[in-house]
Amino acid sequence: MTISLKPNNSSPEKLQPTGWLKYLSFSLDHKVIGLQYLVCGFLFYLIGGSLAGAIRVELISPLSDFMPREVYNQVLTLHGTIMIFLWIVPVVNGAFGNYLIPFYVGARDMAFPRLNAVAFWLIPPSGLMLITSYFINGAAQSGWTAYPPLSITTPAAGQIIWILSVLLLGGSSIFGGINFIATILKLRRPGLKLMQLPMYCWAMLGTSILVVLSTPVLAGTLILLSFDIVAHTGFFNPSLGGNVIVYQHLFWFYSHPAVYIMVLPAFGLVSEILPIHSRKPLFGYTTMVFSIMGIVVLGLVVWAHHMFTSGTPPWMRLFFTIATAFIAVPTGIKFFNWVATLWGGKISLNAAMLFSCGFIINFVLGGITGVALAQVPFDVHVHDTYFVVAHFHYIVYGGSVFVIFSSIYHWFPKFTGKMLNENLGRFHFIITFIGFNLCFAPQHWLGLNGMPRRVAEYDPQFQLINQISSVGALLMALSTLPFLWNILQSTLYGEEAGDNPWNALTPEWLTSSPPPVENWDGEAPLVLEPYGYGKKDSNETQEAIR
Amino acid sequence: MTSIVPKEQSSESRNDLSTEEHEDFRLFGLVAFLIADGMTFAGFFAAYLTFKAVNPIAPDAIYELELPLPTLNTILLLVSSFTFHRAGKFLEKNESKQCQKWLLITGALGVAFLISQMFEYFTLPFGLTDNLFASTFYALTGFHGLHVTLGSIMIMIIWWQTRVPSGRVNNQNKFPFEAVELYWHFVDGIWVVLFIILYLL
Repeated sequence: MTISLKPNNSSPEKLQPTGWLKYLSFSLDHKVIGLQYLVCGFLFYLIGGSLAGAIRVELISPLSDFMPREVYNQVLTLHGTIMIFLWIVPVVNGAFGNYLIPFYVGARDMAFPRLNAVAFWLIPPSGLMLITSYFINGAAQSGWTAYPPLSITTPAAGQIIWILSVLLLGGSSIFGGINFIATILKLRRPGLKLMQLPMYCWAMLGTSILVVLSTPVLAGTLILLSFDIVAHTGFFNPSLGGNVIVYQHLFWFYSHPAVYIMVLPAFGLVSEILPIHSRKPLFGYTTMVFSIMGIVVLGLVVWAHHMFTSGTPPWMRLFFTIATAFIAVPTGIKFFNWVATLWGGKISLNAAMLFSCGFIINFVLGGITGVALAQVPFDVHVHDTYFVVAHFHYIVYGGSVFVIFSSIYHWFPKFTGKMLNENLGRFHFIITFIGFNLCFAPQHWLGLNGMPRRVAEYDPQFQLINQISSVGALLMALSTLPFLWNILQSTLYGEEAGDNPWNALTPEWLTSSPPPVENWDGEAPLVLEPYGYGKKDSNETQEAIR
Repeated sequence: MTSIVPKEQSSESRNDLSTEEHEDFRLFGLVAFLIADGMTFAGFFAAYLTFKAVNPIAPDAIYELELPLPTLNTILLLVSSFTFHRAGKFLEKNESKQCQKWLLITGALGVAFLISQMFEYFTLPFGLTDNLFASTFYALTGFHGLHVTLGSIMIMIIWWQTRVPSGRVNNQNKFPFEAVELYWHFVDGIWVVLFIILYLL
């Protein structure tokens, strides 16, 4: 045992503000940074959600009457960019990763605490910059993909601010990824093997590999794009000899893996939540690990399936169809393992569990339409229609956001030491689930019948379906109210949670709630079987809990 | 703060690690960063090669890129990698004067590279916005030049920090030195790839 756990009196934390003020300061504590990510991300979720609401209001009637088309395009672009770069990616990676990973590897903090704090503090300014661009000279109008030549020909100011802010956010996520890789691989407590880590560590390792390999390519691409806008070079400008397809290749080399950057951590979080609330070991740990790594490898080689209609040659279509369809294999393995974990378990249907089950249902639906979209003939038919919108939202909202809520219900007692109100939580789940499906399921139909996405005006035959969809969006908006009320009420007056309200075996529950500054007052517990529920040869930690 | 603790432990990490372990994972983080940086270059290279493959007018069809200056640049950078390595050997033996001398040579080679590249820019017959290949050429070499500039500045900082007795970098605290050395070798390696792709292919 080489780790000596002496109290470190020189910790910079001691010099910093305590109480709630510490969440507004440049703190180095991974738990504080994690919650900063979470709260900041949630504020951006509210903004992005309001923008989505504006879009749904506009689409209630076929004519463009709620806002002008330029504004519609700006709202659309801001909605996509905020939700992806400021809500889901920072929260599933930054928030829960920072909070949980040091506990899971048995460390007192992340490998590079300062880099970690810098990575967080890049987010609020770039987010604000992005939003204020709307009020200055008009925000970017070319969608979150910023395809040239559209992004070159629309007004430059908003587009440049968009590029700058995405570059900063990309830098933030690269710093975070480096930190996670170093923490998981190098800071593990002696005696803890890689194959004994909780599944979320594996998910974050895979995600961070994707971040480190693909985000810099996006950064380089956006730098070239900004040269096109500012210096009038011709990289992606066909009138100057440039090639827009190259932009699409480079862009999707990041942005396809970005889907896994949003979803893999969610897989990891679900794998933590399901065993605890069904009191069963995680089914097929080893296959789960290999399927994550399989998804990482395959995720890097399927980007061109976004470009089937961009004049890709047949051999390329064939390769990317097959590679994309293959991703269904590791994903399917994970799905069946979750179901097998639930099978015969002592399931408690609390809010965390409900949201996780909702995730499984939504993700299967989104996955199935994903396999369908991988097939070239079908993709050519529904390309750039609402079918794609529905598929994408089933993956990122039905997948990642459901898991974020599930995780908040699950880890809230650890964050604050208070329990959330379960009945309000179940109510929140029911409205969200109904609202979500009411909003996005009809959009499959819209897409199959040919309603294009990203338009403010549409054929009147689609009006009824769009109205149903808007009602669903209204329900989703309303569903945040019981959630916010629950958070406020429980933080102030909630019942005391105790250290381990779920009787869990994973390491973060083996310290007090909320945890002390350096995670454990004494030595870090060595948890070799984080999912050892109901096993006879339980290790010491388990006996201590029972 | 009055308590006396090793500097890195108090400021950089609150994880209780020995100095060697500490250095080990910090270099590991740096390698991860360099992989990310390398991917940026990979994206640029991929873009350049695709432009060249897709567009019928290749750069060498319009312009014959002069080889003498870039070849000289390649030699400058390769030699500077070697001199940096020499400096590291002397740092290990704690011969600070020798180490500083070799660092100074390395930094001078880096600056010589930048001057030579600037000279090349002035002699080139095309400007940034002339055509696609001119743009890609300047984007690639310029981005690499930015790396060399940053590296040269860091070498000068390291050189300043290896002074005895007041400097912070010595054979007890080698991490800053090793980090810059790794970065410099990486930048040199990228140049070799860039030289082959841009000038020789």
